[in-house]
Amino acid sequence: MHVTVDQDRCCSSGQCVLTAPTVFDQSDEDGVVLLLQADPDPSLHSRLRTAAALCPGGAITLTEADR
Amino acid sequence: MTSVHEPSELAALGFPEPRAEGCPFDPPPAYRQPAGRVTLWDGMPCWVLTDYHHVRTVLSDRRFSADVRQPGFPFLSPGRRELVGEQPSFLRLDDPEHQRLRRMMTGDFLVKRIEQLRPRIQRIVDEALDAMIAKGQPADLVADFAFPVPSLVICELLGVPYDDHEYFQELSRRLLDSTAGPGAVAEALDALTDYMAQLAASKKGEPDGIVARLATRDDLTPEEVASNSVLLLLAGHETTANMTSLSVLALLQNPDQLARLRAEPELTRGAVEELLRYLTIVHNGLPRTALEDVEFDDGLQIRAGEGVLVMLGAANRDEELFGDGDRLDIGRDARRHLAFGFGVHQCLGQPLARVELQIALATLLRRLPELRLAIPFEDVRFRTSALIYGLHELPVAW
Repeated sequence: MHVTVDQDRCCSSGQCVLTAPTVFDQSDEDGVVLLLQADPDPSLHSRLRTAAALCPGGAITLTEADR
Repeated sequence: MTSVHEPSELAALGFPEPRAEGCPFDPPPAYRQPAGRVTLWDGMPCWVLTDYHHVRTVLSDRRFSADVRQPGFPFLSPGRRELVGEQPSFLRLDDPEHQRLRRMMTGDFLVKRIEQLRPRIQRIVDEALDAMIAKGQPADLVADFAFPVPSLVICELLGVPYDDHEYFQELSRRLLDSTAGPGAVAEALDALTDYMAQLAASKKGEPDGIVARLATRDDLTPEEVASNSVLLLLAGHETTANMTSLSVLALLQNPDQLARLRAEPELTRGAVEELLRYLTIVHNGLPRTALEDVEFDDGLQIRAGEGVLVMLGAANRDEELFGDGDRLDIGRDARRHLAFGFGVHQCLGQPLARVELQIALATLLRRLPELRLAIPFEDVRFRTSALIYGLHELPVAW
């Protein structure tokens, strides 16, 4: 699974950081999402789906691998 | 579903509508109807949407505007229209202006920054509880605990003197009264804005607090500083205060859930999400205007210029997402609730609200194991006509 974030859509709600803190962070200045790893371990996939669903700005996109 | 009604055939919808007898925690039945059109107090036709997916879509789709200056924008009451003021806060603007203003404040409410405040919030909670216990029983949990805690916290963050709390709390109560007579809301807003403008002017150049920091920026007008600071002050204490007292009452009325939370304090985080879902204190519908024709996945069509009210409380009882949604279940995963709204306007202060509620409820249950209502449940007075649902008072013993 590949993760991308759109910083312009980010509302700094912090839901992603609460849900998957090893994958997402927030900039200290304005809380805009920072991606820590783009291809996280499969053990994190269900958390990533939750984070994407909770994101109020729709700033997280998950691309499922074909295989 | 897609037929266009003539306004004259539409039922009128008021704010507040009555809640069902004996169900003060459930949304008013009139706010749980299937999607449809109503007329508002001023004769304006308006959509009311209650389905979770409709609500979530409207709040996160930029084709729906939150800008009060849009023609067709639905106002819940004459008072809401008076609240428009000269300078809308970022809550009532669309991007890009909304994002420009909001991002000046997001840094103060980051999850990691609020986490660092935990010890300070814990101290404020403990001191409020000490004072309430010292005062003796029965105590009013609303005045002695639920209000002081978030008020002290937001005053510290903003740099507003807590000594003025009686003054601004009275003004905010008038401001949020959906049944206020003509002029009352505008008068309260003006007084609160003047208060904040004077405070901001006196703090210009000072290092500490959000108001001082906003006042010191050269890309904000004094009016923008005042209106956005007023929003933070109001949103920062009315909401958490009412959530705290209502949460305690809901737990007291659900003894099995209360016992479970006492026995398993590690459930506190999830319990707070469930209480947010179950109580949904923003209970009157969030207003938006369609900027373009929009067709939803299920065929519902809303035309450009039409006003929309989305009902967070109904969406948060959606059976598909939250099975047996009318039941309080602190063990469920309620994280997808919309109590903080959704989309770009979702509550800026939600990390703070979560931590305040977690600490306040956990501390109260730990320190007062015998906490109970000091009056019959039937006598508890709910703030039905306030924009933020809550309690007038909550007499408790322990």
